[in-house]
Amino acid sequence: MEMQIENKTSTISHENGIVYPSDKIMLDLKDLKKVYPTPKGDYVVLEHLNLQILKEEFVTIIGHSGCGKTTMLSMIAGLNSISGGNIAVLGSAIKGPGPDRGVIFQSPSLMPWMTALQNVLLGVNRVFPHASKSQQKDIAKYYLHKVGLDGAFNKKASELSQGMQQRVGIARAFAIKPKVLLLDEPFGMLDSLTRGELQDILIEIWNKEKITAVMITHDVDEAIFLADRVVMMTSGPRAKIGDVLNIDFERPRTRKAVLEHSDYYKYRKHLIDFLEH
Amino acid sequence: MKQSITATKVNDIKWMGVVKSLLSKLKVKTPKLEFKSVFKKIIVPIISILLFIGVWHMGAKALYNIEADYKIQKALTDQGQEAADAMEACILSGDISCQPNTLPSPGQVWESFNTLIADHKKISADKLEFKEKTAAINEKRVAEGKDPITYTGRPSFVDQIFTSLETVFAGFLLALVIAVPIGIIIGLSETLRNSFNWLIQVFKPVSPVVWLLLVFMIVKTMTKDSNQDSAFIISFISVGLCSMWATLVNTAMGVSSVDKDYINVAKVLKLGPFQKVFKVILPSSLPLIFTGLRITLSVAWMVLIAIELLAQSPGLGSFVWEEFQNGANDSNSKIIVAMFIIGIIGFLLDRIMLMVQNMVSFNKNATA
Repeated sequence: MEMQIENKTSTISHENGIVYPSDKIMLDLKDLKKVYPTPKGDYVVLEHLNLQILKEEFVTIIGHSGCGKTTMLSMIAGLNSISGGNIAVLGSAIKGPGPDRGVIFQSPSLMPWMTALQNVLLGVNRVFPHASKSQQKDIAKYYLHKVGLDGAFNKKASELSQGMQQRVGIARAFAIKPKVLLLDEPFGMLDSLTRGELQDILIEIWNKEKITAVMITHDVDEAIFLADRVVMMTSGPRAKIGDVLNIDFERPRTRKAVLEHSDYYKYRKHLIDFLEH
Repeated sequence: MKQSITATKVNDIKWMGVVKSLLSKLKVKTPKLEFKSVFKKIIVPIISILLFIGVWHMGAKALYNIEADYKIQKALTDQGQEAADAMEACILSGDISCQPNTLPSPGQVWESFNTLIADHKKISADKLEFKEKTAAINEKRVAEGKDPITYTGRPSFVDQIFTSLETVFAGFLLALVIAVPIGIIIGLSETLRNSFNWLIQVFKPVSPVVWLLLVFMIVKTMTKDSNQDSAFIISFISVGLCSMWATLVNTAMGVSSVDKDYINVAKVLKLGPFQKVFKVILPSSLPLIFTGLRITLSVAWMVLIAIELLAQSPGLGSFVWEEFQNGANDSNSKIIVAMFIIGIIGFLLDRIMLMVQNMVSFNKNATA
């Protein structure tokens, strides 16, 4: 009985009152809840979390460390169990992990004993099992080419630099043609130069493929540059969506144009104000 | 004509370049061979070996003197002055019949080594001769459906080494075939790991001797009807059972502790169980599996000697035991020769495993 009341209150606060037509929604998080049992009682990480992400939309998620961003993302990926509410992709609830939701992890997570090509092929094999070996190779090579790794197809992942490894990670995620791409601070471990390069590569491929993307970041500029909408999460425990900011820059964007845009500092101030309360 | 001249000139220039680059490489390399590194890598080890031989020699001499004094003293108390003098003269003359029996000196060991090699050559020649002599007869016997006559003479020291290597490899393979699959299976399931853990913990510290006895009990009954030599079977199974635990534990640990990132990737890509094991879990646990296999091989080699000694199966172990029982004048030095051979082979086996490990695993940092 109590649960139902809770549900009702949450429906009202759903995404700040905005209702999207259901055929446009790719990813729907409804009243999501995550509880970790501890010896001192339950620790509620997320509660009443509602978020709808549209098809072909790029959403960045920003919030303080430890607020539960990564928990939410791994729940969407199916790697973390759901304690309450539900997650649906194109209207059907998710059941565990699957290649319809590609993930780019914070660490590149490549198999170090495989070459760059083999790492990408690992996923391609799974998703296109009926394609011939050479077709699969062509797909993998195409995406490795897109991330600028033409010369490194047959290099062992362990021989690549961190930035190059993350490029392979991007290629691997796009090559399986997911419906949703989940990015968990993919550039957090890179130096700022490499980060800029990879942001450009990411957005260039994304412009072409238009895969719905959800990306966690700590970097306000990154959040603005990449996103259609920036979602701000409140600090945990019981974290939920605090605010949503629409970024109305035209696509395709260039870094220079974004930085020189008159609205840029307005957006930036909004985000920083939220983060600093 | 002109063209060819220019061509040779170009070639000359090319060669000059090659020579120059070679020279520059040499120049870079020469400072590395400085006295310090030569001293560290070559001279110090040689000095330490010489020192070791020196200490050994002195120690052996001291023990020899104690034994000799004791012998003379005993002759004096038992038979009087005359016998003691005779004994002293006998020892000094180097006569084999009255030499004190103690730790052999490096010189004696070297001599025994040469004796063993000479012995091997002689036996090999004998074998060859035997083979030639019996070749015609054997052909006839085979044609008649009888077993050919085989050489039944005493095996040489080198033959014993090869027998031991055969036994240890058979045991190692057995350990590999048992421990790796079981390790993978119990590594994959926490429940199985917990339920097998006590078994592993209980059996791991059991002495090789006890394993031998256990295997003996079983194999003795099972091979009762066949007339084949069960000593080899008993010893290689015992070696395998003694040495497989390191591989079992390491494989299970390697499989159960695969990096969570890799597992997540496998989950996201929804790899099937077969692909997950062979493409992700096994390659990532190879370094640990190989560490286990290295330990297994060195344990196998170590226990092999004890097991051969007890199981009376031919090999280095029984060689050592026979020499000890034999009590001949050069038996002690032959035992020391065997000791060195065992050590050197063990070292080489370990190096080979390390090489294989570095070849197959992605983790290139594995060292001794």
